[in-house]
Amino acid sequence: MTSTDVAPEKGSWTGTAVRRKEDTRLLSGAGTFVDDITLPRMAHAQFVRATVASGRLLSIDLSEVRRVPGVIAAYTAADLDLNDITAVLDRPLEEFVPTAMPILARDRVRFAGEPVAIVIAEDAYAVEDGVEAAQVEYEALDAVPSEEVALSAGAPTVHDEVPGNTLLDVSMFATEGIDDVFASADCVVRVDTRSSRQNALPLETRGVVASWHARDENLLVQTCTQVPHTVRTAMARSLGLAENRVRVTVGDMGGGFGIKCVVGREEIAAAAAALRLGRPVKWIEDRKDALTASFLGREQHYDARAAFDSEGKILALDSDIVCDMGAYSCYPFTAGIEPLMASAEMPGVYKVPAYRVRARGITTNKAPTAPYRGVSRPQFVMTMERLFERAARELDMDPVEIRRRNVITRFPYTGVNAITYDPGSYLEALNLAEQLVKDEGWYELRESAAAQGRTIGIGYCCFNERSGYGSDAFAKRKMSVVPGYDLAEARMDTSGTVVVSTGTLSHGQSHETTMAQIAADRLGLSPDQVKIQQGDTERIAYGWGTFASRSITIGGSAVSRAADRLGEKLLHLGSHMLETTPDNVELYDGTVRRIDDPDQAVGYVDIADIAYLRPNLLPKATEPGLTGSGDFDTPGDGTFSNSTHAVVTELHPGTGKVEILRYLCVEDCGVAINPQVVDGQARGGIAQGIAGALYERITYDDQGEPSAASFIDYKVPTAAEIPDVAISHLETPSLLTESGAKGSGEGGTIGAPAAVVNSVNDALRHTGVEFDATPITPEQVQHALEAHS
Amino acid sequence: MKPAAFTYHRARDVDGAVDLLTELGDDTKIIAGGQSLVPMMNFRLARPAHLVDVTALPGLSTISTDEEGLHIGPLTTHRAVETAPDSLIGHDHAVLREAMAWVGHLPIRTLGTVGGSLAHGDATAEWCLLAVLLDARVVVRGPGGAQRTIEAADLFLGFYMTTLAPDEIIVDVVFPKPAPHSALTEFAERAGDFAAVAAAVDLDLAVDGTVRGGRVALGGVAPVPVRVPEAEAVLQDGGTVGPELFAACAEAAEAAIDPPSDADGSSDYRRVLARTLIVRACEEAVAR
Repeated sequence: MTSTDVAPEKGSWTGTAVRRKEDTRLLSGAGTFVDDITLPRMAHAQFVRATVASGRLLSIDLSEVRRVPGVIAAYTAADLDLNDITAVLDRPLEEFVPTAMPILARDRVRFAGEPVAIVIAEDAYAVEDGVEAAQVEYEALDAVPSEEVALSAGAPTVHDEVPGNTLLDVSMFATEGIDDVFASADCVVRVDTRSSRQNALPLETRGVVASWHARDENLLVQTCTQVPHTVRTAMARSLGLAENRVRVTVGDMGGGFGIKCVVGREEIAAAAAALRLGRPVKWIEDRKDALTASFLGREQHYDARAAFDSEGKILALDSDIVCDMGAYSCYPFTAGIEPLMASAEMPGVYKVPAYRVRARGITTNKAPTAPYRGVSRPQFVMTMERLFERAARELDMDPVEIRRRNVITRFPYTGVNAITYDPGSYLEALNLAEQLVKDEGWYELRESAAAQGRTIGIGYCCFNERSGYGSDAFAKRKMSVVPGYDLAEARMDTSGTVVVSTGTLSHGQSHETTMAQIAADRLGLSPDQVKIQQGDTERIAYGWGTFASRSITIGGSAVSRAADRLGEKLLHLGSHMLETTPDNVELYDGTVRRIDDPDQAVGYVDIADIAYLRPNLLPKATEPGLTGSGDFDTPGDGTFSNSTHAVVTELHPGTGKVEILRYLCVEDCGVAINPQVVDGQARGGIAQGIAGALYERITYDDQGEPSAASFIDYKVPTAAEIPDVAISHLETPSLLTESGAKGSGEGGTIGAPAAVVNSVNDALRHTGVEFDATPITPEQVQHALEAHS
Repeated sequence: MKPAAFTYHRARDVDGAVDLLTELGDDTKIIAGGQSLVPMMNFRLARPAHLVDVTALPGLSTISTDEEGLHIGPLTTHRAVETAPDSLIGHDHAVLREAMAWVGHLPIRTLGTVGGSLAHGDATAEWCLLAVLLDARVVVRGPGGAQRTIEAADLFLGFYMTTLAPDEIIVDVVFPKPAPHSALTEFAERAGDFAAVAAAVDLDLAVDGTVRGGRVALGGVAPVPVRVPEAEAVLQDGGTVGPELFAACAEAAEAAIDPPSDADGSSDYRRVLARTLIVRACEEAVAR
């Protein structure tokens, strides 16, 4: 089956639901994930992990480990002598305190599950026998298991150099006169919103196969990361190697969702062991470790106020944000990633005239966090949406109407948060979502249901999704490592087919298909004739990988430009062969043809034949070969997708179950390269958002011991819990990207929690109960229903 | 998440399996479908030195009916029960077939076995609850071919503890009485999860639409699946089938139990669930 089974719509591959090129391989079990890799003499690694959340490491005795049959070696931090990883921001110490993350814990452990020693054995079974045999002595210290403890007076410290356990503390904007606005406003509402700690839960856990290759004089690191070049840099520095001694490659990948866009320590320890032993070493994170000791996310707390006038217009927003970042700052983003995102973008789609925010990133004795899909936006959007819902109640206004009066309608719009928004369809999306809910009769059902003793609610969420963060946008956050731009190269071969390399990296987003569509349109080819190359630091000049919905926006634009450069060469050579000028030729269906006489054409194969095999026939001063390279960096503040979600829920008395009866999503990601892929992103994101709203949470006891070590306790929803999602599309093309596309990777996850929570609260409107913390559990709902029945 | 080392043994017949259990001693576990044991071994919560695989034992996966009642061989999979034709599991025992939808997910039902579930003794397991509800008899064989019958009421001792001796194997499960008006239902946050609470009822209905007695069993409210005599007493008093009777039965159960609190729900919430689920089960049982 080929992608050309689908005819291009509108005369272009862009906008066509081309079948995914990846599917044949992935659906037939022929994909290659890390655990599919086996090398000769390969050994297996696992880690001795801390059994206390906070403690001094008194001694590590690995002598019994080394006697276990099948065990090859066992190393502590002292044995491997690796450099720490330290993520930094260009900010003064009052705002940000950098902390080092050792590869293996040295004298102190900071979360239950922290790697203390690495064990290498002949197989995956013996290595666990070895891990069990380790004797580690700790002096347990008082743990910091929560925000409450972390910020209390006299709290124990997670890092000695961080008094008060606050890694990042910024106060921003503080519009002049904001206190007066609150004092004189008709309506002031306040919410206290919380989101639980979650696991992004890629189906493929973390893992690596590291091996030294004498012939290439390099360490080959086959791993599943969203950011191969970043991993190369961190790994080379930690191991004390030059970067040209480290090659990072990525095969198929079972998801990342952000927890793989930071650098993990286990992969580096495994690589160090491989170098030490002269044998390939494989480490596959098991699910228990993935749930307890991987990078987690999402735990945030907002104390927010908003002032409104009597007409429901928002006048001011004041927010105090605390993000519980866990034990370590993630590299390269730091523990500032979530609080800085939240404080910069909280006003969202609304015209907020006055704004003040304090945002903190705190450290606790829990597994560290990484920027999980959505990155603070699910939480601050929920906070904003709760504020609007509460104001609507106070003012006795319709919840849609109050939003309508406040969404940004004129673009470009520069907000109080000093961000300039490119054109979007905020009002149109809201109106369409409301219309769909009305047309489907949900309002009538909600009213008639009450008479029948049923409890039904309707909830909305309006939001935008900033995407394609360029170098400017990251620099504005004072990040000292500034991702943004990306590079691409297009190479045509003698058969007239093309390989396009990109510095972005699909880990489930279908870039082999969508990037090929982009290049195919630029080159007059079909996507089948374009192969995408990604995920190899020796084949790709440089790249920032895939996160923050940057791939189609930035990577796709670089691909467009690289394809255009190649196209220019084709036009140049083609015009020469057709004995006309370059401005009288165009690319068409694998040929260069004359514009004045389209029957006169020369095929790419014939052009390539000269470019590669008969350079003597090339025009003067023309280099042999057919390549083009391109780069792209989004100017300004990036490009904003937008969406409105509408959810109808029914609450079941007697169990408290929340049943989602209907889920509607109106989205605008500009030009959709492949609508099917966009829909997939929305649906997957919404599933993860529902997971956050109703199911998933990792709790810790007062000693910092995590509650969820398996899927029995960690309630990731299954297909049975996730409803069908009806998706409607609007299209406001981006003026910043080459294709007009905006990012669409995170929207679903951003909008779903607020929409679901608002819907549940609407269903409970007769009770006075309002939920502002996620997940909402059946027991809580049952309690709310009972107390007011 | 890899098990500790163990020695694998494959038994050819029941007596051979019993001999292996006797010979190998206490550190031995029987394995059939492995749907509970293998995850526990992978977490190293269970670390038997020996596994005796009984899946090849002949004649233990049949379903048949005789004067004793409905016999379900212990190696019968949940899926085989779920898909059994009426000729094997008739209307009188349809509850068994329909309850299977609550057992885990399809892959679990395809491998997990009836005998394995009973021997594992999970307090929320469907087979344990059904056995207690319907007064099943569990026939076991031990050393020297000695066979005995354990009443379901006497089988379960506590969390994952049964009265099976380490060298005994379940060879038959008998459901002696027809249960035409019987139903099992559960609540869990996700489809396929262990139930927070499971409820099953078996009603004795008269032709005039009154109830002449019945059995009520709950899972997830105690270390073992329990019958609730207080709720059964309400049914014993008789009365007309309908919401009032069911509510009275459910409320009697709610008042009688003292469920544990854990991450899946507080004691109070489990009481509410028990009440809700008993009513639901009664409604389904009557509709049958």
